[in-house]
Amino acid sequence: MIRVVLPEHLRTLARIGGEVRLAVGGEATQRSVLDALEDSYPVLRGTVRDQATRRRRAFVRFFACGQDLSHEAPDAPLPAAVAAGTEPFLIVGAIAGG
Amino acid sequence: MSAIRLLVGTRKGAFILTSDGKRRTWKVDGPLFGGWEIYHLKGSPVDPDRIYASQSSGWFGQLIQRSSDGGKTWEAAGNKFAYDGAAGTHQWYDGTAHPWEFKRVWHLEPSLTDPQIVYAGAEDAALFRSTDGAQTWQELSGLRRHGSGPRWQPGAGGMCLHTVLLDPSDPRRIFIAISAAGAFRTDDGGETWRPINHGLRSEHIPDPTAEVGHCVHRIALHPSRPRVLFMQKHWDVMRSDDAGESWREVSGNLPSDFGFPIEVHAHEPETIYVVPIKSDSEHYPPEGKLRVYRSRTGGGEWEALTQGLPQQDCYVNVLRDAMAVDRLDSCGVYFGTTGGQVYASADAGDTWTAIVHDLPAVVSVEAQTLS
Repeated sequence: MIRVVLPEHLRTLARIGGEVRLAVGGEATQRSVLDALEDSYPVLRGTVRDQATRRRRAFVRFFACGQDLSHEAPDAPLPAAVAAGTEPFLIVGAIAGG
Repeated sequence: MSAIRLLVGTRKGAFILTSDGKRRTWKVDGPLFGGWEIYHLKGSPVDPDRIYASQSSGWFGQLIQRSSDGGKTWEAAGNKFAYDGAAGTHQWYDGTAHPWEFKRVWHLEPSLTDPQIVYAGAEDAALFRSTDGAQTWQELSGLRRHGSGPRWQPGAGGMCLHTVLLDPSDPRRIFIAISAAGAFRTDDGGETWRPINHGLRSEHIPDPTAEVGHCVHRIALHPSRPRVLFMQKHWDVMRSDDAGESWREVSGNLPSDFGFPIEVHAHEPETIYVVPIKSDSEHYPPEGKLRVYRSRTGGGEWEALTQGLPQQDCYVNVLRDAMAVDRLDSCGVYFGTTGGQVYASADAGDTWTAIVHDLPAVVSVEAQTLS
């Protein structure tokens, strides 16, 4: 299971208390994890990725294992520790604005 | 026993203010959707407990919320706003062609007859319609494609479609307004559109009387007389007596004819309200005095309404969707400020009291008259 940590506003929106655990078919990538996340919580569609372009929204960042993965290709494999579920995939609202 | 429910959108959430028909004491509920920008909430005229809300943030984009119990509970509705076909381009600030990009919904306008039908005015400027209670949205792309779209340009606040007026006498007629493109009308339910800006004069564009390019801030009508339109333009208060075919200026003796909202009395179609703002570079009232101006002659002659409003050191703004009227016998008038106050008058503007003082900056106010 892939562990995903959402920012507070998206946890509230999706009515999630803590971490999300997702079964991801195939290789664990940003795209496959976000597809699984949106399938499980349709209300999150458009909040992490743009509805039309499917690109990461500008003020959303992806962190894992102490690294900023925001600029990695959507189909690049996520770190093995994320794929194994020992480390979470963090979706973070960037520090910007008020 | 009648009651009033005010739907208040702010920069950091929504608030619902309720009172009985006396409008002396108010209950404040909220914030709903705390931390999110709520550009607008509006209830269905035929089912007041059906309320739609536009929820957005710079981080997480646009959401639409829907309530079926008067705002007690909410569910997220559809938020996929896809432009119809190739998006095309409009003018950017530097004069280059810029692709249409969806940013947010500024205004939600429920149908006058069907609570499942609702219109959404978007930035970049487009009109969307849902016929399934906001679950799915379709663009009425005849507006964007009617011909002048490539010449539209954003105002300082973005290229937003911020006003949607439905004609109660003709379900196929809709008026909309866009900053900074102008006013437009359809007579066939949204299939085809044309600009209705003849008579507007805007010195900030190369041709001051151009067909499009006018920064219309808001338009309003009285339901009993939908061919008469009132407009607060960037500068100038305007009036049309022929459904927008032509406009004439009715700024008269206003201390400034710059401003954002304009509203019509619920029972007197010739009584209108504006809030003069000093200038487009000074978004606060002239002389530090917060004054609503009322005309009982459909414009031209204006009186300052000051009783209960701060008359010194007041430097707030009142945004375009932040004024509303109720439909009780003695018409209530309400407005919210960027300083977080919501003011109410139960006597058509003669006297005012602040319902709340310290909300986040108020973006929109709608009044529901409940029986």
